[in-house]
Amino acid sequence: MVPAAHMCFRYSLDYMITMRLSASRFFLSFIMAATLAACGSGESNVERGNREGILHVGNGTEPQGLDPHVVTGIPESNIVSALFEGLAVKNPYTLESEPGVAQSWNISEDGLTITFYLNPEARWSNGDLMTANDYVWSWQRALSPAMGNQYAYMLYPLENAEAFATGKIDDFSQVGVKAVDDHTLEVKLNAPTAYFIQLMDHQSTYAVHRPTIEKFGKATDRFTPWTHVGNLVGNGPFRLKEWQLNRRIIVEKSNTYWDKDRVQLNGIEFYPVENISSEERLFRVGQLHYTNSIPLDKIPVYRAMENSPYVNAPYLGTYYYLLNTNEPPLDDVRVRQALSLAVDREQLNNTVLHGTNIPAYGITPPGTLGYQPPKVFDYNVARARQLLTEAGYPDGAGWPGLELKYNTSESHLKIAVALQQMWKDALNIDITLANQEWKVYLDSVDQMDFQMARRGWIGDYIDPNNFLDLFLCDGGNNNTGFCDPLYDDMILRQAPRAASREQRYAIFAAAERRLMEQMPIIPIYTYTSNQLIHPSVQGRPSNLMNHVNYKYITLDSNWQAEE
Amino acid sequence: MWRFIGFRLLQSIPVLLVVITVTFFLVRLAPGGPFSSEKAVIPEVKAALEEQYRLNLPMYEQYIAYLADLAEGDLGPSFKYPGRSVNELIAAGFPVTAELGFYALLVAISIGGIAGIVASLRPNSAQDYIPMSVAMIGICVPSLLMGPILILVFGIYLEWLPVSGWGDMPGDKILPAITLGSTYAAYIARLSRAGMLEVMSQDYIRTARAKGLPEWQVVVRHGLRGGLIPVVAFLGPAFAGLLSGSFVVETIFQIPGLGRFYVQAAFNRDYTMILGATVFLATLIIVFNLLSDILAAWMNPRLRSQYGGR
Repeated sequence: MVPAAHMCFRYSLDYMITMRLSASRFFLSFIMAATLAACGSGESNVERGNREGILHVGNGTEPQGLDPHVVTGIPESNIVSALFEGLAVKNPYTLESEPGVAQSWNISEDGLTITFYLNPEARWSNGDLMTANDYVWSWQRALSPAMGNQYAYMLYPLENAEAFATGKIDDFSQVGVKAVDDHTLEVKLNAPTAYFIQLMDHQSTYAVHRPTIEKFGKATDRFTPWTHVGNLVGNGPFRLKEWQLNRRIIVEKSNTYWDKDRVQLNGIEFYPVENISSEERLFRVGQLHYTNSIPLDKIPVYRAMENSPYVNAPYLGTYYYLLNTNEPPLDDVRVRQALSLAVDREQLNNTVLHGTNIPAYGITPPGTLGYQPPKVFDYNVARARQLLTEAGYPDGAGWPGLELKYNTSESHLKIAVALQQMWKDALNIDITLANQEWKVYLDSVDQMDFQMARRGWIGDYIDPNNFLDLFLCDGGNNNTGFCDPLYDDMILRQAPRAASREQRYAIFAAAERRLMEQMPIIPIYTYTSNQLIHPSVQGRPSNLMNHVNYKYITLDSNWQAEE
Repeated sequence: MWRFIGFRLLQSIPVLLVVITVTFFLVRLAPGGPFSSEKAVIPEVKAALEEQYRLNLPMYEQYIAYLADLAEGDLGPSFKYPGRSVNELIAAGFPVTAELGFYALLVAISIGGIAGIVASLRPNSAQDYIPMSVAMIGICVPSLLMGPILILVFGIYLEWLPVSGWGDMPGDKILPAITLGSTYAAYIARLSRAGMLEVMSQDYIRTARAKGLPEWQVVVRHGLRGGLIPVVAFLGPAFAGLLSGSFVVETIFQIPGLGRFYVQAAFNRDYTMILGATVFLATLIIVFNLLSDILAAWMNPRLRSQYGGR
């Protein structure tokens, strides 16, 4: 890449030289040269950023807000995690938990009590010391029904937290969290929860600054201006400096942060670039250090480059079709299996998806902190035809028809059309496609008003439980009618009581096997993160959650463009 | 003239009320709600959210409460952006959209006006066909194609101008203004050509020529005033169209204007934002139509006398 400013100057200079200017033309050229010089009046963001230690980030959409107990999206959490810090954070290389506000923690023998020891140096960005009571107050806020926190369930492993969040009890002192002293927080769990420490890195479990929130309204008010510039008090490595709606959010290094010596960046600028083609162009001219995404048709171009900035890595998400098991013909497990076995996932991935994803044969993404999903079935047309015959539709005879619903999007359409054709070719059955606008589709799925529907699930934390508990009998995101008491027992009772990680994963594998034998869903592919990362960015490794820990990031100021 | 303005202002009140009412009920009747989300929302959370936004009340009560707030100029809190009021979002986005629209209009008038006048001077010659063909192409090429083409040529290959942004780098306002203005330039070219052709065949133009005025004076002093009336009448709706239709350009060029908020609001079922932006833009459209009618009346003596003013 060549810095825009230099190109600009060079062109204008060349222009003036080659034109062999006459006096009358000189004035015209002067104006032109002035315009040209103006176009690149400085370095690109990346060059300047590398020099000044400012990271420029393409961040998808304008964040809904910055209140950790209100926001739900990934663009929001990218910013919130710079402004706040949880009790524990994640190492971006291993995704294992590391000390955050808590300098250490202790898990009791029975796994039911966790004691967090807060770092006495941990401070709010206004200088106030952080205390264990900040957490008690904040978790009450996060769990209060009036708060309308859609991620309140991240705290459900706490004793009585669910009862409080659903209004069954009003007394927060019954919930399993208490401040033993200023720097000791004691947590009681319903059941041993292997991933509980990980949840401390989720915005829903962050502490918020009580005096600031109460200055602007009630604890549970959703729309007070406490998160605006000048008001927001956080406890993260950065603090909010500027927020221009739909333009940019700038954060600067906080000098009250306990681990400020580790923080190499002086600031981060987040740009809400919704249009992924625009984002790619911004990256190309050196305005962004990394993008949020990349247009599918640009991937081959970037792949062909030497030292390509294109990064493709497995992501903690699964793309699948929901099957409504309450309604014929999908109430017959053989039909469900036939449909799934007739899908050639490798071919789909290599053609429609440009080989960017990973074919999926289970609900859990592979390598979820060491867990590998069992492969219960494979692409097998002969077996699929046999199953369909057994179900009473030999070579598609008597097939009652089936409708697939998906939310309007070109990529969902392409996949649906490819599968429609595969089912026609392999099983001689007709599937009709119905697209719906996003919110309409969400209602259809929620009310199970479909036969087959597209679905994607992105993990909130890295544990097989986060995918497998979707299909509990009363799982709010089950949406298939699937209900297996033994499966529920494995997930809810056996796995939490397992003696070791290996044993726990073996129980999960057995449960996933059961799930895939009954096939209430057709897994299609595991998501990957696809983005462009400038080579001067260091300390931002690919990981399953595309998780960024800004403390680890450094910018190579010596990085030079290769001409 | 004052009677005319007063009459038009009175007319606009029921128009606005109809717009508000229809929008208010239509957005609420649309399937899917502001709180539908991919992850299941438990009933307690949903109830709490609905209460905070008055959605638990019967619809007519919501409507009356909304009108009461509106009368005080309060457009309510945004559903999508908690912590921001609709007034705040409009105040943040509108100046940018207005500035963009203004530049685009300048582009449209200068390019379109000149092309149309030039074309009209020698009808059915190359001087007519070439600008008019270009204008036709301008109408046909949508901004979602025009924008990326301009970016590729001037932003990426020539590296003369920034590929996006608004007020961040010198020159970053040029490409968006041209992209947005080009469609309207084409319309204006066609309107001004037609207007000029009609005027230039009038008797008073022949009289002007007969008394020996140079041709350029005939065109500038006598032709333009009559010939550009259709253009002026078009400016009001055009500016309103530029303001409400800048969404695509704002998205392509990363411009923090109102258009992006408006369209996103519809996708998000952000009821208050949809309503607020609609009411706001409807008011603007009414005002601009009125202004352009007044301007056209001022330029056209026949209309002026019709409304009994001077």
